[in-house]
Amino acid sequence: MDVLSWVYSSMDSSLRLAVPLVFAALGGIYAERSGIVDIGLEGKMLMAAFAAAATSALTGSPMLGLVSAVLSSVLMAMMHGFAVITWRGDQIISGLAINFFASGLTVTIGHALFDMGGQTPTLSNDQRFNALEWPGAQWVAEHVPVLGSFYHDVISGHNVLVYLAFLLVPVAAFVLFKTRFGLRVRAMGEEPKAADTAGISVSKVRYQALIITGVMCGFSGAYLSMAQNAAFVREMTAGQGYIALAAVILGKWRPVGAMLGCLLFGVLSAMETRLQSVELPIIGEMPTQLFSALPYILTVVLLAGFIGRSIAPKAIGQPYIKER
Amino acid sequence: MSRVNVQEVPVWLTSVVIPLLQLALALMVSSLVVLIVGENPIEAFRVMVQGALNLEFGGLHNTLYYATNFIFTGLAVAVAFHAGMFNIGGEGQAYLGGLGVTIIALSLDHLLPMWLMAPLVIIAAALFGALWGVIPGILQAKRGAHIVVTTIMFNFIAAALMSYLLVSIIAPLSGEATDSRYFASSAVFPKWHELFEGAAFSLLNPTLLIALICAVMVWVLIWRTRLGYAIRVMGQNPSAAEYAGINAKKIIIITMAISGALAGMMAVNEVYGAHSRLILNYTNGFGFIGIAVALMGRNHPIGVVLAALLFGALYQGGTELQFEMPGLNPELILVIQGLVIFFTGALERLVRNPIEALYTSTRANLQAGG
Repeated sequence: MDVLSWVYSSMDSSLRLAVPLVFAALGGIYAERSGIVDIGLEGKMLMAAFAAAATSALTGSPMLGLVSAVLSSVLMAMMHGFAVITWRGDQIISGLAINFFASGLTVTIGHALFDMGGQTPTLSNDQRFNALEWPGAQWVAEHVPVLGSFYHDVISGHNVLVYLAFLLVPVAAFVLFKTRFGLRVRAMGEEPKAADTAGISVSKVRYQALIITGVMCGFSGAYLSMAQNAAFVREMTAGQGYIALAAVILGKWRPVGAMLGCLLFGVLSAMETRLQSVELPIIGEMPTQLFSALPYILTVVLLAGFIGRSIAPKAIGQPYIKER
Repeated sequence: MSRVNVQEVPVWLTSVVIPLLQLALALMVSSLVVLIVGENPIEAFRVMVQGALNLEFGGLHNTLYYATNFIFTGLAVAVAFHAGMFNIGGEGQAYLGGLGVTIIALSLDHLLPMWLMAPLVIIAAALFGALWGVIPGILQAKRGAHIVVTTIMFNFIAAALMSYLLVSIIAPLSGEATDSRYFASSAVFPKWHELFEGAAFSLLNPTLLIALICAVMVWVLIWRTRLGYAIRVMGQNPSAAEYAGINAKKIIIITMAISGALAGMMAVNEVYGAHSRLILNYTNGFGFIGIAVALMGRNHPIGVVLAALLFGALYQGGTELQFEMPGLNPELILVIQGLVIFFTGALERLVRNPIEALYTSTRANLQAGG
């Protein structure tokens, strides 16, 4: 029983740690499927995390926090779009610029607003997204063996954004592979010229995809500062935008695959804290840094084609030049 | 939009006027940010210039010290750019360079004097940096793994690896929590104020000269050697390179090794020269600044050195900002850095296209009139 509750609580924390990655990875999929590399996921998440916590701290409303997170993140996505779609700039350079800009701007504004070295004040519970207890969770946990505590520990007791993240995965799969809009997005990533010839505006579809990316990163950032934590802390994304990108590659640019990648990274990240100074049989104590490096090592191994191969959309990274 | 023939536009315009205008645009938007947070941007820039250029508190010296780092990381990015590759891994390569420096210094610092130590340290820094650059290079050349993604990943892997080595092995050896012990003072570079009586305290050390020598060597490499020619052809027209019999895979691997070595040598300035010990996360984002520096400097060593000086001044000036203007903090530099990368890199056509169009039309008018 002790083992079971350890497993369940590990699953629970893995799930929580995967959520910001799931949102951001979905955002990355929309952008990359439309042919736009977005290494600015990190910056958008950071900006959103700050906007969420700052707005919620000032207004007391987590909903307004969420709205402001999404708006600020979409604004950054539009900056990216303006540079790479309208002005056909380098997508990687633009993404990097956005990441630096966000690291600087969040702390600069945060410092001016709250005078706490770039942090926001700690949010009280009614300024955050809190855990929802599912009906009968307590009763089921006490009366149904094994599955009852699974229901109580793993399924129930998360905040609304957790459920939203996992709901948006099948939605993304449906939108991308079963709707006309999704077909267009994918066409932009594979054969923009053909799509253009068919009378579809490449720029318009790519901008639309980037708006969705912005919204997703907005959710991701809001989750970080208003649900997982109770304040914005400088650089709080700590590379998670890049891990989400890794999950996109791991999942071969498909929503469900990327989600599985995020869950795997969530487990690794949960193990990093849970196995700290724990003596394992035979292996002994694992260096916790190994767990933080594993997502990146896995991505490199996969990209190099040592286990399977992950192939990006064909037209990714190339600005589209409409011929006259 | 009319297509502008780039050949017609003179170098002073593309390499001097346009970058300066882009910089001005980046600074204008940064000023807007300063205004929004309720401070006076003119006052902020005055404080930064004063902080970066004063002699009595070592401002200018520290500007040069920061610039030394940025020359190395800027050259690293520039060399890779010439081959058409984007090396975002300068941060990790510089971090690994620090490991090379530390291994040599910790094992030999009580045996060797500075004159014997310095060459070994430089070689070690370059070798370890090159190693961390060449692996993504090989993966790109042999396995087609995109260099941008792998170098990003290698930054994080380097961070984890170095954190493990420092916290679990190197620091305990020396009885520190997260840093190595100080290297013996007989084995390290003297700093400027130790060489010159009466100079203010700063972290400036002779590594600046090594950085400048590297800049010259990069110029020779790119424009005066067969390898450099191959690198440039690769970068400008990969299919032409193939027809010319250039072995693209070999060039990718060699270029990434050189690029990594240059980034790794940043450790000579930081770990060996300035701090004389390995500090956790010592790279502090300096590897990334190389990207801004290379973009601003148009990948030319002279441009890189000038842009490195500019960023050195921004860094040194930015640290002064927090003391003089409590409403601002040093992270403002990141805003400026991001905007410089944005306007000189991603959005560079915004300034370049109208200027080039203006130039061509003015010249056409003049010719028609004369």
